[in-house]
Amino acid sequence: MQEPAITSELVLEHGLSDEEYEKICSILGRTPSFTELGIFSVMWSEHCSYKNSILQLKTLPREGEHLLAEAGEENAGLVDIGDGLAVAFKIESHNHPSAVEPYQGAATGVGGILRDIFTMGARPIAALNSLRFGSLDDAHVRFLFRGVVKGIGDYGNCFGVPTVGGEVYFDDSYSGNPLVNAMAVGVVKHDQVARAQAKLDGATVMIIGASTGRDGIHGATFASEDLSKESEERRSNVQVGDPFTEKLLLEATLEMIKVGCIHGIQDMGAAGITCSTSEMAGASGTGMEIDLNKVPLREEGMTPYEIMLSESQERMLLVAEPGREADVVAICAKWDLNAEEVGFVTTKHDKLIVRKDGRIFAEIPAETLVLGGGAPQYVREAVQPAYIEEVQAEKFDSLPIPENLNGTLLKLMATPNITSKSWVFHQYDHSVRTNTIVAPGADAAVVRIKGSKKALATSTDCNGRYVYLNPRRGTSIAVAESARNVVCSGGKPVGVTNCLNFGNPYKPEIYWQFKEAIAGMGEACRVFNTPVTGGNVSFYNENPKGAVYPTPTIGMLGVLEDVEHATTAWFKNDSDIIVLLGENKEEITGSEYLASIHGQISGDCPSLDLEKEKAVQDACLEAIQNGLVNSAHDIADGGFAVALAECCIMNKNKPIGARVSMPDFNRADAALFGESQSRIILSIPKSKMSRLESICKSNGVECHQIGTVGGEMLVIGEHINLRLTALSDAYHHTIEHCMSEII
Amino acid sequence: MKAAVIVFPGSNCDHDMYYVLKHVMGIDTQFLWHKDTAIGEIDAVFLPGGFSFGDYLRTGSIARFSPIMDEVIKFADGGGLVFGVCNGFQVLCEAGLLPGVLRKNRNLDFICRQVTVRVENTATRFSSACTQGQILQMPVAHGEGNYYAEPDTIRKLEENRQVVFRYATVEGEITDRANINGSVNNIAGICNDRGNVLGMMPHPERAAEFQLGSADGKFIFDSIVNKIAEFV
Repeated sequence: MQEPAITSELVLEHGLSDEEYEKICSILGRTPSFTELGIFSVMWSEHCSYKNSILQLKTLPREGEHLLAEAGEENAGLVDIGDGLAVAFKIESHNHPSAVEPYQGAATGVGGILRDIFTMGARPIAALNSLRFGSLDDAHVRFLFRGVVKGIGDYGNCFGVPTVGGEVYFDDSYSGNPLVNAMAVGVVKHDQVARAQAKLDGATVMIIGASTGRDGIHGATFASEDLSKESEERRSNVQVGDPFTEKLLLEATLEMIKVGCIHGIQDMGAAGITCSTSEMAGASGTGMEIDLNKVPLREEGMTPYEIMLSESQERMLLVAEPGREADVVAICAKWDLNAEEVGFVTTKHDKLIVRKDGRIFAEIPAETLVLGGGAPQYVREAVQPAYIEEVQAEKFDSLPIPENLNGTLLKLMATPNITSKSWVFHQYDHSVRTNTIVAPGADAAVVRIKGSKKALATSTDCNGRYVYLNPRRGTSIAVAESARNVVCSGGKPVGVTNCLNFGNPYKPEIYWQFKEAIAGMGEACRVFNTPVTGGNVSFYNENPKGAVYPTPTIGMLGVLEDVEHATTAWFKNDSDIIVLLGENKEEITGSEYLASIHGQISGDCPSLDLEKEKAVQDACLEAIQNGLVNSAHDIADGGFAVALAECCIMNKNKPIGARVSMPDFNRADAALFGESQSRIILSIPKSKMSRLESICKSNGVECHQIGTVGGEMLVIGEHINLRLTALSDAYHHTIEHCMSEII
Repeated sequence: MKAAVIVFPGSNCDHDMYYVLKHVMGIDTQFLWHKDTAIGEIDAVFLPGGFSFGDYLRTGSIARFSPIMDEVIKFADGGGLVFGVCNGFQVLCEAGLLPGVLRKNRNLDFICRQVTVRVENTATRFSSACTQGQILQMPVAHGEGNYYAEPDTIRKLEENRQVVFRYATVEGEITDRANINGSVNNIAGICNDRGNVLGMMPHPERAAEFQLGSADGKFIFDSIVNKIAEFV
């Protein structure tokens, strides 16, 4: 087998800079082989090495008393929740694959994140996803949207994890480069946690699960460049998912961990065998020798290069406990899975050695390949983009106030960003595993943990428009909002996973957005005491028209000490009183109202006082935990009026009206639709108001009774007066109608 | 009473069924692996939901060839109680224990939502704790739940009162709008002519605790437990 000679064109094609290539030569003390070039290329790609982001990520708060694994140390973050239980959770992007092949792209995104969870020994108990698309008026966007939703549904439904929450936004900036971020949450007993380690000299290295084919070769490199016309031709870079095999892999993996026949295990995601072998050995300071003749293949004639770089799904690399190899084989056989011995761990050297037909095709010090080891780390040039000053200076005093604010509210309720996303989540099995206490469509989803009183609340959030207008504060708001959502559902926020979707980091303006966003995230996470436990960076989210809105999606994990604290957003009972926590501030800028009614994406994003935000959340949680609250809903997109309308009609089967006084205002539209932060709408029995007031007082939070639940109308002062049926019609069918159009 | 939940590769409601039987109903319950070749001393066999063998071919069409299915057929032929939910219903149809097939949902999409079904016949071993015409709320979660059988078969099912559950409005009306997946005559669950095998698409095991939004599914499990108690 003759490998191609290394030329400068070949190096360039592999996405390596001259400087990086020289570094490779100096590490090896010679010219790399073709297989070695491929290995370095994927391991040093942005996707695997985080080379342009890691130095910024290290500034985030990554420690906390409840963390059992440091960010980046394991496949997912691991948080202790007491009772001998830990929660593994993580969010990851699959944007580029979904742009060219939406169904498989999204499906394998879900598959990848689920493997990250169960490779740690945790059974996935909830999945969420955060999606961004262009305008639904565009037939191609509808094609992408339909494919992505179906891909997520088919994979998660078959695997048997409830998809309980997430978010969907539509904006032209995502046209041609949709964002598909998948999150998974799993639960594991402390003594069943599995690690990605390979420490034992002579221990057997095994591949289990699917056989290796030519799919997904260079997926990691593909994810590390801008999308272009040529991207369509890279459809073969997209992997194909098999959720059934994944389900078998889950059961086999958990069974093997339970009986103790595994020393270390890591899933094969990006860069397949290359990444799992080098990371496990690199992190353990050991070497690993593997024989590619032993790898089960889907087709004949695959080269070492192809086998090492394949991203075939549903595979795991494991290191068996010495003497327990037969147990691994037996358990895999029970589940009809391959389990092949492909090599061994060694402490005699620290190299990854790859053989085929008795010949060595790669011999590389493992540690030099990986993040935290020899992989490059860069700080890029950062320049504030010119648009920032322009948009932030914009004033809206002369903006006309609509005469018919009822009509405006109805229009807002029907915008794709605010409307009910039931078309999406009715395609996801959200009740399998019988733990779902608060289903999709609420502020945060709540799943109980059987055998414990505890439950988990989870939410994903990011308003990309805010981050575009003000990357630092916009990102702080994303953290604040996700924490607020968790609190409204009765959970105490305990940790964050993030998915950072940005443009090309070699553009100074993009890198500036990234740096600012990280700074804003760090500031907020410190105040909420929610360390960043891990996540994923996705750069190069650009289409020929430019970069997407910077979209640092936050996945927040919260814990309910008692599942009985689970709270939903919608009004429940006639004559309950409606209470506003926090202040109305008439901030119209950056709002959905400004964007969808006036067509303007401008101004600064809403203000945020982190300490005040924390106080509002603390007061709300304390009130919920004391059993005062019948419903809690945060005020977000669409502002005060939209939030109230949602409280009335979100429970489709039992809509209930409200009569609310209008806050003091200068501009009625800003008071109704402005998106000031740190506000929560509660409904409580009248008898509990004095206790709520004292909780708010002790937290230094403003709390006002603003109205009463009941009737068949939503009335807000003199300005809003609408029948619930009208609000429901506007809110519940937009996406269904868009998607019933012929593609 | 002793119950067994069969686990096919790809079953994913097996734990849920087990949990309800054991921890909600307090029944002595065990799993049976699809390669097992004996059922043992069991009073009722439960085929859970999921995607047996990935459902990559017609749903349930591979699972019906699993070794345990020969035993399930013998068990049913001997009068044993067999209950299939969702994928379990599909497997029972493929195995010939129940007539008809489950086709793709009318809208071609997977559907997960709360539905209401009307109890059509309380004189079965799966519905005796219900009242005639009672409305039960529970979730569906399936891509292929659109029940179909030849007109002759449907006529016989209706004449013999083998249609046990029908999709209905909250008020109990059998309407096309309530027919979530397009099933013939709004059929949500049927039993065999002998009355010892029942399959249904909605998930009673996901609606057996108030905490989960509905405990209506418990009427079905209560029926099963009561009847077995009578027989024992």
